[in-house]
Amino acid sequence: MEAAAGGLCGSGPPLLLSEGEQQCYSELFARCAGASGGGPGPGPPEAARAAPGAATAAAGPVADLFRASQLPAETLHQITELCGAKRVGYFGPTQFYVALKLIAAAQSGLPVRIESIKCELPLPRFMMSKTDAEIRFGNTAELHGTKVQIPYLITEKNTFKRIDDEDKQQETQSPSMSPLASPPSSPPHYQRVPLSHGYSKLRSSTEQMHSAPYEARQPLVQPEGPSTGGPGAKPPRHQASLIRSFSVERELQDNSTSYPDEPWRITEEQREYYVNQFRSLQPDPSSFISGSVAKNFFTKSKLSIPELSYIWELSDADCDGALTLPEFCAAFHLIVARKNGYPLPEGLPPTLQPEYLQAAFPKPKWECALFDSYSESIPANQQPRDLNRMEKLSIKDMADFPVPTQDVTGDDKQALKSATDEALPKDMSEDSATPKDSNSLKARPRSRSYSSTSIEEAMKRGEDPPTPPPRPQKTHSRASSLDLNKVFQPSVPASKSGLLPPPPALPPRPCPSQSEQASEAEVHPQLNRAPSQAAESSPTKKEIPYSQPPSKPIRRKFRPENQATENQEPSTTVGGPASVATVKPHPAVQKQSSKQKKAIQTAIRKNKEANAVLARLNSELQQQLKEVHQERIALENQLEQLRPVTVL
Amino acid sequence: MAVCVAVIAKENYPLYIRSIPTENELKFHYMVHTSLDVVDEKISAMGKALVDQRELYLGLLYPTEDYKVYGYVTNSKVKFVMVVDSSNTALRDNEIRSMFRKLHNSYTDVMCNPFYNPGDRIQSRAFDGMVTSMMIQARRGKESLVARAPGAWSPEEAAKGGAEDL
Repeated sequence: MEAAAGGLCGSGPPLLLSEGEQQCYSELFARCAGASGGGPGPGPPEAARAAPGAATAAAGPVADLFRASQLPAETLHQITELCGAKRVGYFGPTQFYVALKLIAAAQSGLPVRIESIKCELPLPRFMMSKTDAEIRFGNTAELHGTKVQIPYLITEKNTFKRIDDEDKQQETQSPSMSPLASPPSSPPHYQRVPLSHGYSKLRSSTEQMHSAPYEARQPLVQPEGPSTGGPGAKPPRHQASLIRSFSVERELQDNSTSYPDEPWRITEEQREYYVNQFRSLQPDPSSFISGSVAKNFFTKSKLSIPELSYIWELSDADCDGALTLPEFCAAFHLIVARKNGYPLPEGLPPTLQPEYLQAAFPKPKWECALFDSYSESIPANQQPRDLNRMEKLSIKDMADFPVPTQDVTGDDKQALKSATDEALPKDMSEDSATPKDSNSLKARPRSRSYSSTSIEEAMKRGEDPPTPPPRPQKTHSRASSLDLNKVFQPSVPASKSGLLPPPPALPPRPCPSQSEQASEAEVHPQLNRAPSQAAESSPTKKEIPYSQPPSKPIRRKFRPENQATENQEPSTTVGGPASVATVKPHPAVQKQSSKQKKAIQTAIRKNKEANAVLARLNSELQQQLKEVHQERIALENQLEQLRPVTVL
Repeated sequence: MAVCVAVIAKENYPLYIRSIPTENELKFHYMVHTSLDVVDEKISAMGKALVDQRELYLGLLYPTEDYKVYGYVTNSKVKFVMVVDSSNTALRDNEIRSMFRKLHNSYTDVMCNPFYNPGDRIQSRAFDGMVTSMMIQARRGKESLVARAPGAWSPEEAAKGGAEDL
């Protein structure tokens, strides 16, 4: 083809096309030629005579295609001139290819010259018929960046249908799309490549600022061109993933009723991306993101507040002020769609309902393994543990919210920050126990930094609005009261089951070791009840980050279970797993019972200490409340004094 | 059943007010405004009683020739005021209470939205929809007070008309 191109155009420059470009251009040419019915160009019949073997592309579809490239009219004229169509009178394959190459050059910002096509260029981008819709909805600033993403969604729809029916006559089904828009394989390849490449890039860079996904997505799309030097290499791989995701969707479609709203369907890639984002905000995927955290995150998407508010309304199905993982995915997907110019739906689409999302996308494998092992090992304690987690989170919320309502001293800030930091890593390490130690270690600094930033932001916000007098605080005061209820109610059954309520993580000043030991003690009664490998590993792994001295012997002991008795440490906390680990039955039983008693006693002691700590915290909070009341009274007095002046 | 529904903030400015589109909607706004005095009276009449002991539903605030005005206060001193047509077959107290309860629940959902700052105007579509349903029920039972035909009344336009008057 290259040779032919070179040979044919005696009048034009030699064209060197890469594989992907070749594919793309030949498809486009075939479409233009095919759309015209394979007929000759607008030129005289000699055009048909001149190139009997090579079809010509009719001017109509070609003009449409060129217009779809979004280049200004004079550029297009220049291009047509340069490519030789004007001279020859028709768009033969060479002219067409040269024109496409020039379009690509123009879109990349290069001047429209013959020399431009000599360098390696990205494929030209053609906006399919959604341009009207975009102009209506998106800003022009975003148009350029979002161009590729809409075709992605649309081409996904079309290729999905195509794979289903294996029929290219899907144009009739989507009347809004021009014939050019039901694309052949390569444009979706290209358009999918930068997007998925962008996704993979984004996934790797989730540790950076979260604004990066939103803004980087757009510039990522642009410079993808030069960097994807060989799109030919990528399409096969992505074709495979395409087919895989489509087959998944097809299966889903077979299982459930077919939903006509393809844009609202979340693909595997998107789903993974959303889950990663969720995890960066909230390490525990089965728990939820609080409202303020989600608000900060979604505000970075630069959508307007009313729109974000509406998206929240749609996605928070249970209206609890927090987002679980499916709710979060739905919200994220709606935001993405909105940024791409889709109008927000009146109601939550069926493909975004939480039940559908939970059913459609099972948790990723490692999570499944975790929870499976968890469920096997600690069936009885699963629920109190969940409560534990929830309480920890709600405590975290509570820690967030009271902070901005008062002028916190420096130590309190630090203390609360460290407390919530600990709360988060504790949650996380409890859950991601079994193999993913590195994962948890990596994720923890992220969660720590995020929680600290959210607290700082919240505090800044709290300090700003003291001047407008009667306005209530900008924090989620209502939710904080709800969270308080959540905290203190489940703590009653939790204590009954012998578990500590989460507050051990909260108290700032008491040293963390106390709380850790308390939680260790809590864990060991559980261990004794259900001794198993996984159960041991979870507390051991949890202990590792916090208390180094006692954990090391536990770790060492972990492998040689028979040597458990050797590593008896003075601390009874270690004694628990030691006894559990021993394989020999008769000494083990006796030792176990005695160790159990000791463990229970230590647990009781720790509980009492925790209670004392809690009581102290309570009194401190009461004190702060009193101070706030006094401030309020002072402010009201000031207001009274000022009032007579204004009445005049 | 309601002809006009209003949500008033603690500082006595309206967060949300919507009425059936008639030729003179301002009279509803005026009625709501004057009812605020009655609400304050009722609240203070509770005396030193703690907020918990005070009942949220205030009952009939005052009747006029054509309308009756009912009130409801939340614990955060947010007031709901509802104007009901008197010609409507006398609505039972329970029905009014249930309507206020629905309003309160929807208001709670609005508050749960982290993007909603307390003190902002309520622009939630879910809230709008709920209020619409309350008003539509009324309209079906009555002879049309409304200029338009029943089917043509659209919630968005009514909301726009109501909201712009704020």
